[in-house]
Amino acid sequence: MLRSTLLVTTLLAVAAWPAAAQTGKVTVVTSFSKDVTDPLKRAFEKAVPGATLEVQNRNTNAGVKFLEETRSSNQVDLFWASAPDAFEVLKSKSLLAAYKPKARGVAEKVGSYPVNDRDGFYSGFAASGYGIMWNERYVRANRLPTPKDWQDLAKAPYFDHVSISQPSRSGTTHLTIETILQGEGWEKGWRTVKEISGNLRHVTDRSFAVPDAVNSGQVGFGVVIDFFAFSSQGAGFPVKFVYPTVTTLVPANVGIVANAPNRAGAEAFIEFLLSPAGQETLLEPTIRRLPVRPETYAKAPAEYPNPFKDQRLQSLLTFDALLSERRTAPVDVLFDQLITFQIDALKATTKALHEAEAALAKKDNAAARKLVSEARDLVAAMPITDAQAASPEIRAAFAGGREKTARQAELEQQWASFAKERYAQAKAKAEEALKLAR
Amino acid sequence: MSARWRTGSPGQLLLAAALASFLFLFLILPVATVVYVAFTEKGTGAFTLVNFADFARTDLFVRSFWNSLYVSAMTVVIASAFALPLAYLTTRFEFRGAVLVQTLGFLPLVMPPFVGAVAMQLLFGRNGSLNLVLDDLFGFKIGIMEGLNGVILLQAIHYFPFILVNLSTSLRSIDRSMEEAGQNLGAHGLRLFRRIALPLAMPGYIAGASLVFVKVFDDLATPLLLNVKEMLAPQAYLRITSIGLADPMGYVISVVLIAVSVLTMWLAARSMKGRDYATAQRGGGGLAKRTLGPREAAIAYAIVILILLIVLAPHVGLLMLSFATVWSFSPLPDGYTLAHYTRVLGESSIYIKNTLLYATLAGLIDVVVGGIIAYLVLRTRVPGRQVLDWAATAALAVPGVVVGIGYLRTFYDVKLPDGSSLASAWIVIVLAVAIRRLPYALRSAYAALQQISIALEEAAENLGATKTRTVRRIVIPLMTGGLLAGFVTSFATASVELSAVLMLVQTNADAPLAYGLYVFMQTPAGRGAGAALGVIAVLIVAIGTWLSQRAVDRSQRAHGLDL
Repeated sequence: MLRSTLLVTTLLAVAAWPAAAQTGKVTVVTSFSKDVTDPLKRAFEKAVPGATLEVQNRNTNAGVKFLEETRSSNQVDLFWASAPDAFEVLKSKSLLAAYKPKARGVAEKVGSYPVNDRDGFYSGFAASGYGIMWNERYVRANRLPTPKDWQDLAKAPYFDHVSISQPSRSGTTHLTIETILQGEGWEKGWRTVKEISGNLRHVTDRSFAVPDAVNSGQVGFGVVIDFFAFSSQGAGFPVKFVYPTVTTLVPANVGIVANAPNRAGAEAFIEFLLSPAGQETLLEPTIRRLPVRPETYAKAPAEYPNPFKDQRLQSLLTFDALLSERRTAPVDVLFDQLITFQIDALKATTKALHEAEAALAKKDNAAARKLVSEARDLVAAMPITDAQAASPEIRAAFAGGREKTARQAELEQQWASFAKERYAQAKAKAEEALKLAR
Repeated sequence: MSARWRTGSPGQLLLAAALASFLFLFLILPVATVVYVAFTEKGTGAFTLVNFADFARTDLFVRSFWNSLYVSAMTVVIASAFALPLAYLTTRFEFRGAVLVQTLGFLPLVMPPFVGAVAMQLLFGRNGSLNLVLDDLFGFKIGIMEGLNGVILLQAIHYFPFILVNLSTSLRSIDRSMEEAGQNLGAHGLRLFRRIALPLAMPGYIAGASLVFVKVFDDLATPLLLNVKEMLAPQAYLRITSIGLADPMGYVISVVLIAVSVLTMWLAARSMKGRDYATAQRGGGGLAKRTLGPREAAIAYAIVILILLIVLAPHVGLLMLSFATVWSFSPLPDGYTLAHYTRVLGESSIYIKNTLLYATLAGLIDVVVGGIIAYLVLRTRVPGRQVLDWAATAALAVPGVVVGIGYLRTFYDVKLPDGSSLASAWIVIVLAVAIRRLPYALRSAYAALQQISIALEEAAENLGATKTRTVRRIVIPLMTGGLLAGFVTSFATASVELSAVLMLVQTNADAPLAYGLYVFMQTPAGRGAGAALGVIAVLIVAIGTWLSQRAVDRSQRAHGLDL
């Protein structure tokens, strides 16, 4: 009796879903949190009867490493994460299989970023942008202004109130930094990044540590990807978020792993993600990603950003993924050597500069003003140019690889002492300026 | 000593060989597949030491090295300040609630990943409860959790139980006739403790203190959660897991970590050399327990309660977090709810089952392997026995992520009969965790055996007992306290192990609590749920610890004064 019921159920399931082979266990490696994967897992298993989604939660880097180490007998069907860079790395190592989704009605571009990989190895299913989130209670208690743009965070009132994660540890922060560098150019971009960094409270080693610190009120402001702020709001935390002028919307992606054990199941999952039902799930309070189907926004709550309508989000910068990929390692290492591991020196210098400028605002002094501007240039100075950063020599130093080049540790020590010297000089100049201005 | 003690018997040699292959297969080989990069030249792959020269030339690494050394040393000092009074008062006096104090004092060792530091920040951070209240009332804040000081405090709280557990065990196994002799010679009070009990309990203290030092030196999670990166273990971790994947420096740092750990253990062992801590008479029930006068008792309770309040602060914070709705920039949560528990209860039963299974198995493996190594080192002349000890100890210093990657590399291509990979079998998680926690059990077993006089075994053998029978009837029963302490330590810490597990978990069905907790703690809505899981993990360990403490206490009483 039980058996025949089972048989009937199975038959029904098969009839309901055309490709019977799609059912079964679909294994996915993802950097997305439980809050994101759980609702999508439930919706997928409902939409595709008989399928179960096996979620392996790993951060992006560990996920890439895992696929690499286990490629000899791969057991994973899909890789599912935000950072397009990680997919580029997987693609270059032939760890992905090409697949063209069948779903209709998905936008070609979100903002100005193409949704799908040009070679068809991965597909975007949601978009996210970078910005600033803050804790309202914290801001009120410390009587701080609310920021609108990246440069705002460099201003004196924000000193010691800002948090960011290391770009070398967080794909999303890396893209934020890269976006600023591409939007403002190498020299000016780094100047902005360093001026903001002078106001940092700390640099964290996990992306989620930033929204966590803002949520609990340990810091006031965080540089984060939008959904961290939206899902924190969804969880009830008193936080707000703003997209600055220089930002970009980047798709979150999904791709089929080469030699996937359940290829049909993997395809079914991608089709589900792009289907109207899958896209609507993205609006849930714990997920809050921007759907890639324009019509889904009709069902979104009020004040939900809509990149297909909102003029501001459409005119955003076009992100050059190729350029980004070429200089990934140098940009990350520069940030760590000039900022993360020099944070105390950089903060001391920035504090001296804020004090000198405050004094100048009360009583102007040309000589002091010149000193301050020289000090700012010293802080902004970069040990290498953008051409050098993308050059084969420097890239090879970080690639490990076969060639015998400069060692990573050598370059790091050079860059670190470059920054240390200049921060010290800049601090001396700023202190001198303060004396003059008094 | 008879000649038989000087050479290894065939049985002992076999045992040593078996252990050597175990350690080689599950520790040395996997780690070597990852770490050898430290000794190769970039490009050519030839052997070189230039990477170590780079280490010495890089300001950041040198600074990190000294910071690590300073933090480890200071942590031992603070941890001793927590552990000594608790151990002394609960073993030396008739102290009501001694078992409870011992259990509570053990809990900090079980600090679930992430949530412990989050809870401490919420209580004592720059905008934590304490500072918000202080700022409100008096207009100032104190930076308890800032920089290296924050790391030292949290590490001391986290690891002082190593000293507490080992020292208490040692104090309990001191022959009371020693104390009586001291008393007969006119010593009493503190002097008696300082001149008789403390020196005799040295093996336990040294075992605990050296563990604390090495553990803090090698720990990466606590500094990183407090955003302190300029220490050696975080540097190794950051490089291995991100930008330095292809770079040797991460592995160079790992080698330095291993070297310092082994050196520390060697120094600790040396400081004990040439001294004899064994006492022949057993069954005296440890130190005579004095009754406290009412004033003494009040002071003693005040001290114990104060220490417990400090060291249990993370757990109090954790408990509050697990019931909190929203807790943001305020001294107390906005409201309280049971929702987090209902959310985790459904899915956590599989995590709980896995955790119990893995931690128990890992603890058992550790006690057996650790006990045998301690026996081989202290009681036999098997060639290379010291190497076994060093190798097992080195496990303490290998970053979990190196163990994880090494296991994947070594075992992924080993196929099980059903065609699946050995690396995806859950037993591999158990082995990885057991290897990482082996040093704890080893140190406890070592200390326990050091306190047993060899004369007892010789006597048994003179009476015709075989070696095996002697071990079974004399050594193991007398070591029970130490072995149990070792098991509890390994079990408790194994139940919250994350770094190696994260690399090895392949399906949710095989995941332990720590992994579930990690998954929750990556989301805004998951913070309360993660804390709830953390509370469940702590409860499991607390119950386990309490049961073992009670067992020790009962056996002490059974063999104790009535004998």
